[in-house]
Amino acid sequence: MEYLIVIAGLVAVALVVGGAVFLRPGRRAQRPPVEPGPARGGGATAVDEAEAAAPTIERAPPVEAPPPVVEIEQPPPGAGRLVRLRARLARSQNAFGKTLLGLLSRETLDDDAWEELEDTLITADMGAAVARQVTDDLRTRVQVLGTRDPAQVRELLKDELVKQIGADLDRSLATEPHGNRPAVLLVVGVNGTGKTTTCGKLARVLVGDGRTVLLGAADTFRAAAAEQLETWGSRVGAQVVRKDEGTDPASVAFDAVRQGIESKVDTVIIDTAGRLHTKTGLMDELGKVKRVVEKQADVDEVLLVLDATTGQNGMQQARVFAEVVNITGVVLTKLDGTAKGGIVVQVQRELGVPVKLVGLGEGPDDLAPFEPEAFVDAILGD
Amino acid sequence: MFETLSDRLTTVFSSLRSKGRLSEADINATAREIRVALLEADVALPVVKDFIARVKERARGEEVSQALNPAQQVVKIVNDELINILGGETRRIRFAKNPPTVIMLAGLQGAGKTTLAGKLARWLKAEGHAPMLVAADLQRPNAVQQLQVVGERAGVPVFAPEPGSGVGDPVDVARRSLEQAKHAQHDVVVIDTAGRLGIDTEMMRQAIDIRDAVSPDDVLFVVDAMVGQDAVNTAQAFMDGVGFDGVVLTKLDGDARGGAALSVRHITGRPIMFASTGEKLEDFSVFHPDRMAGRILDMGDILTLIEQAEQAFDAEQAEKMTSKFASGEDFTLEDFLEQMMMIRKLGPIGNLLGMMPGMGQVRDQISQIDDKDLDRVAAIIRSMTPQERSQPKIINGSRRARIARGSGVSVGEVSSLVTRFFDAQKMMRQMAGGMGIPGMPGGGRRKAVKAPKKKKGKQRSGDPRKRAAGRQPEEQPAADAAPQGLPPGLGGGQGGLPPGLGGQLPPGFQMPDLGKLQGRKKK
Repeated sequence: MEYLIVIAGLVAVALVVGGAVFLRPGRRAQRPPVEPGPARGGGATAVDEAEAAAPTIERAPPVEAPPPVVEIEQPPPGAGRLVRLRARLARSQNAFGKTLLGLLSRETLDDDAWEELEDTLITADMGAAVARQVTDDLRTRVQVLGTRDPAQVRELLKDELVKQIGADLDRSLATEPHGNRPAVLLVVGVNGTGKTTTCGKLARVLVGDGRTVLLGAADTFRAAAAEQLETWGSRVGAQVVRKDEGTDPASVAFDAVRQGIESKVDTVIIDTAGRLHTKTGLMDELGKVKRVVEKQADVDEVLLVLDATTGQNGMQQARVFAEVVNITGVVLTKLDGTAKGGIVVQVQRELGVPVKLVGLGEGPDDLAPFEPEAFVDAILGD
Repeated sequence: MFETLSDRLTTVFSSLRSKGRLSEADINATAREIRVALLEADVALPVVKDFIARVKERARGEEVSQALNPAQQVVKIVNDELINILGGETRRIRFAKNPPTVIMLAGLQGAGKTTLAGKLARWLKAEGHAPMLVAADLQRPNAVQQLQVVGERAGVPVFAPEPGSGVGDPVDVARRSLEQAKHAQHDVVVIDTAGRLGIDTEMMRQAIDIRDAVSPDDVLFVVDAMVGQDAVNTAQAFMDGVGFDGVVLTKLDGDARGGAALSVRHITGRPIMFASTGEKLEDFSVFHPDRMAGRILDMGDILTLIEQAEQAFDAEQAEKMTSKFASGEDFTLEDFLEQMMMIRKLGPIGNLLGMMPGMGQVRDQISQIDDKDLDRVAAIIRSMTPQERSQPKIINGSRRARIARGSGVSVGEVSSLVTRFFDAQKMMRQMAGGMGIPGMPGGGRRKAVKAPKKKKGKQRSGDPRKRAAGRQPEEQPAADAAPQGLPPGLGGGQGGLPPGLGGQLPPGFQMPDLGKLQGRKKK
């Protein structure tokens, strides 16, 4: 009997609430699609800090980090990691690059060849629509320019892909403390994408660059998540704030930030429990975590961790997380496998949220900043 | 939100309504739409190609050209083929003659192996076995602890001789676990292994070593329902490496369409044995191929909706609503508010509406409704006095102004809410009459009442034709005869509705589907 109620209720709701929408299309039309207001605002501050923050990951590290406690590993700095990104990507994705080049260097580029090109892009999880657009654009350009030279066509394809990925987005992480307040990073995502691992690796990168880091284990749901984070923390000598399983994650986050302020660390990284974006209750909980943190300090970055194997559902995930916690960056993990992570192309196109970091394996230092050119280069094969 | 396959096909076929046969070009156009629909559902490209070839062949046959509605027929073929592939061969856990039975889990990182191990153990225990979990994931920090906690929750012992986090030899652990199981009289051993990539030869070697050491009766490949095109590569790599006998699909509680299920099945030929649908240990069930087919095609999923509802609603509330409904009592704003809050618990409203079959063509509007609208309406209702809620008729100008002030909206919004509510109320009354509540009529009926309602939502006027459509089932007391009996009546109602839901809604296809679902639900 419940279904009846559900359906009736749903229809009634659709009618009354939905009616409101149908009646006032104008209201909706005026609304900007993704409410970029706060995002841009945040972006602006991030830009200021970007100058300062950039070195954390992308450039050479400052002098030696303060001598850590004995037995604590000194992770290598973030610089130069991209070299490895290339090596890794090349290992798994050469086949992809080869097909593309093979296709493009044919004598005649007929319809079949273009279709195959489109298929190849689809196989990278870029989505049917994006793949079609890239192919069509490339086709037009090749026709206009009358290019036959494979190398040139490859350049064009590269341009096209870089354009899709958005080369001009700011990809630096705002990890610089503001005066006496630490920078706060919130790591979110669905289950099993590698949030805790990313937190751990990120802490290593930051420690390697001479920062002090505090980890907040706000994943109070999954069994042994806090222990996992603690293991990461103890390896690099980062403090970990944790509570018992089942505690309100917002309170853990709050305490983590408070302790971060008190002990004057540079960066607080808060790990949250994996949650499917369809669970309203859990998404509300996440919203609360962010709001509670904001009582003490601004949240500088909200990083959505996306798994490179994720298909078209990744877009839906990004959309919902963006709505709830206003994500400022994406971390693309597990790129060392055969998956290409093409879904980020759609995410960037639609939400304008840049990929900031990539995870390339299980090793503690397998986290690198994302660079579109290198990413595309690696995809196409050197 | 993507269009559903049925919507797409309806568009393709609308141009050829008058023609009797499908031409080659029509079939190609259809094939293209199916292709995109499957790709959007993350079915891997090579699988899509094979699949399309088969569908094309069948589409050229008699069954389509003779069908009254080719679109329905093609969707039906696609659906049949999907169910065929997904459910062709079912398989249960193979228990060893000489216990212990060994089940080994393998998969990518983050697919949900450890959680699944707990679920599987719990399920086995409920089936009367004495399972033991083995912590052979010594890679990921604290995976061993996680398994211990999971085992504790499931009430199943965990064999974890090594601390993990990079220390210890998983092959050795697996080997020793067998002795331990024999010693402690466990008849099933579930080995949780570390997540590994298909191309990581070293790790794959390790998985093979574990397999050889324990010669498992079943190797289960754990794959996440959200996985995309890479599903084929990974499945193939695991098949070639460690090999597996069955597949477990996890994270089905999200809104991923789960095309990976089809890809894995098609590439490896291994059956999908279990589905995992949530974070709790009890969220675990045997796989239903027909539901999965509907999901891949995104053909509204009433059954999932109902299941979610059953989980989220407390019985008492539902009972109250039902009796209210049955007695034909007036539907008040209070009831509406309560219902709305119940529905909110189910998840984003857009998703829910999307799950209802036949809503495809109003998708654009649906995607504009979000939970904030619900909140706004709730705020308006909460600013009313109890008397106003039970008798909205008394709301006059000054009350309206007060409500608007109280809820921070304009007076216009309050009045339009009230007007729309009256429409809804009228409809609910009709429904209560038409449903013949006690008998719990067949699915077709419900659907019949539902469809016109929705249309009404769009137009919102007291168009008598629509009311006629709404009343249709009332006048057919034997409506549970056959769902297919409804479309003509419905169609008549729809024909008169200009926008969106024009006469092209393929009710014929959705009806039997819904009927089937209901049937299954009952047994």
